[in-house]
Amino acid sequence: MTAAAVSARPGAGGSAVRRALGRVALVAAAVAAVGLIWTGYKAMGAATGDVWPGTSRPLPVPTDDTTLPPFLDILRRFGEPQRTGDPAPLWQYLVDASLFTFREAFVGFLAGIVIGLALAVLMLRSHWLERGLLPWVIVSQTVPLIALAPVVVAWGNQLPFGYWQSWMSVAVIATYLTFFPVTVNALRGLMSPDRLPLELMRSYAATDRATLVKLRFPASVPYLIPALKLAATASVVGAIVGEISAGLRGGLGRLIIDYSQQYLTDPARLYCAVIAAGVLGILFVGLIDVLDRVLMRGRPREAT
Amino acid sequence: MTSPAISITAVGKVFNPGRKGEVTALTGIDLDVAQGELVSLIGPSGCGKSTLLRLVGDLETPSAGSVEVNGKAARQARLDHDYGMAFQQAGLFDWRTVAANVELPLELLGWDAGRRRERSRELLELVHLEDFARHRPWELSGGMQQRVAIARALAMRPRILLMDEPFGALDEMTREHMQSELVRIQAETGATVVFVTHSIPEAVFLSNRVVVMSPRPGRIAEVVEVGLGERQEATRADERFFAAVTRVRSALRGSAGAATDSGVEVGAE
Repeated sequence: MTAAAVSARPGAGGSAVRRALGRVALVAAAVAAVGLIWTGYKAMGAATGDVWPGTSRPLPVPTDDTTLPPFLDILRRFGEPQRTGDPAPLWQYLVDASLFTFREAFVGFLAGIVIGLALAVLMLRSHWLERGLLPWVIVSQTVPLIALAPVVVAWGNQLPFGYWQSWMSVAVIATYLTFFPVTVNALRGLMSPDRLPLELMRSYAATDRATLVKLRFPASVPYLIPALKLAATASVVGAIVGEISAGLRGGLGRLIIDYSQQYLTDPARLYCAVIAAGVLGILFVGLIDVLDRVLMRGRPREAT
Repeated sequence: MTSPAISITAVGKVFNPGRKGEVTALTGIDLDVAQGELVSLIGPSGCGKSTLLRLVGDLETPSAGSVEVNGKAARQARLDHDYGMAFQQAGLFDWRTVAANVELPLELLGWDAGRRRERSRELLELVHLEDFARHRPWELSGGMQQRVAIARALAMRPRILLMDEPFGALDEMTREHMQSELVRIQAETGATVVFVTHSIPEAVFLSNRVVVMSPRPGRIAEVVEVGLGERQEATRADERFFAAVTRVRSALRGSAGAATDSGVEVGAE
């Protein structure tokens, strides 16, 4: 009966190379579109003196080259030296900083998954725990990260063992943003099997643990994937904010602060750093997409 | 005769006792099912036939009386893996292949991969699905999915098969085919079968005995001996088949006059 309502995952027939090329073309088209809008907006502002054409209403963003550097200047800036007298181009610094930030984000992401799953399993085991814990999980997300990050960093520095490093505190901050979507969606996914499969497991005299491993975890995968995508982007945000709070050098957060302080002399550079942060988030989500394909291989996708 | 496979004594079931939604689902049920026997439970909606099946399978616990299976409590029988169960929905896990679905109970028993594969091949041959072992359940038709579910129910070589309208969602042609398959499989495995159905012809074709139940509160109205012996397609057009259908139908009519608006499929056409 359900077989009629589902269909195989799309794209199974097309070759991987063609799909990859299609993606690259799509990204290039998107960049070109943003460039056209950016350049067009600047040209319009330059022609009208920063008002909407035919009116005296000012444009929301002024179009001078400090506020909005020319689009091609921003792209070109990636290849120019970070600062005068430094032979290494800016993009190299950005790649290094992105990798540094990615390490914090990824470690935080993994820790967030472990904590999120553990909390979900705990709450699944006991209704009492669910009612006791869930409100706190929600409250935890209302505490502003900006307030919390310095506290985490201070605690990290107080830890008695010498192995603890500042980037780990930043990873903790990333964890803090990551575990929430995982907890909530994992709990929904673990509870998704209805009476029939649960009674089947009961008829086999399956233990709780076997039911968890053979039924509840696999059933929760479709619920977890969107949570992991959310968590991936959240962990990047958490890492960048954490770096800024911790005053940690080496990552994108610090670069963004440095570059914004020198914005008036070199505006395009800040845009480059912001683009790098965006690309990092997108690549991270892309990683989850790959994971999605692997985990959901051979499973039906509801045709909605 | 050896001791019965299933022995139900003075069983009653009350849902939500002492609370607002209190319902007496079953009362005063006595029934023995012999080893290797196929017994159908039939009756109008709300007569407690599914509840009775679930009590035997230890998916519910009785409020009164006792259910013994192979000489032990139903719970112990479940823990000893004496049961195979099949329901109206196949309930296959869509992240597993057909073969892996059939092997699931064996995995839980800790069988190694080699033995599991051998057993699942055997079972898929039994239900004529050997070519679909690597397929996913959602690629199969409803009838094929139900056959996989039956293969899965047989995996642990259960001595007792409990089936709750397993063919209810199938079209008439598939359904008759599946009934013949079940008769064949039961003959090959010697399992004891308790089968819940809404269909009189189905109950008659399959069963040694048909247990006719009546509602409010659920109880056994009459037990009709059928015993068609060797069943073939021709059996469906046999005098004795129609005679048994008529007996079950009148037993249903007679049971508290409740069968008239009950949703029981009375016609054999």
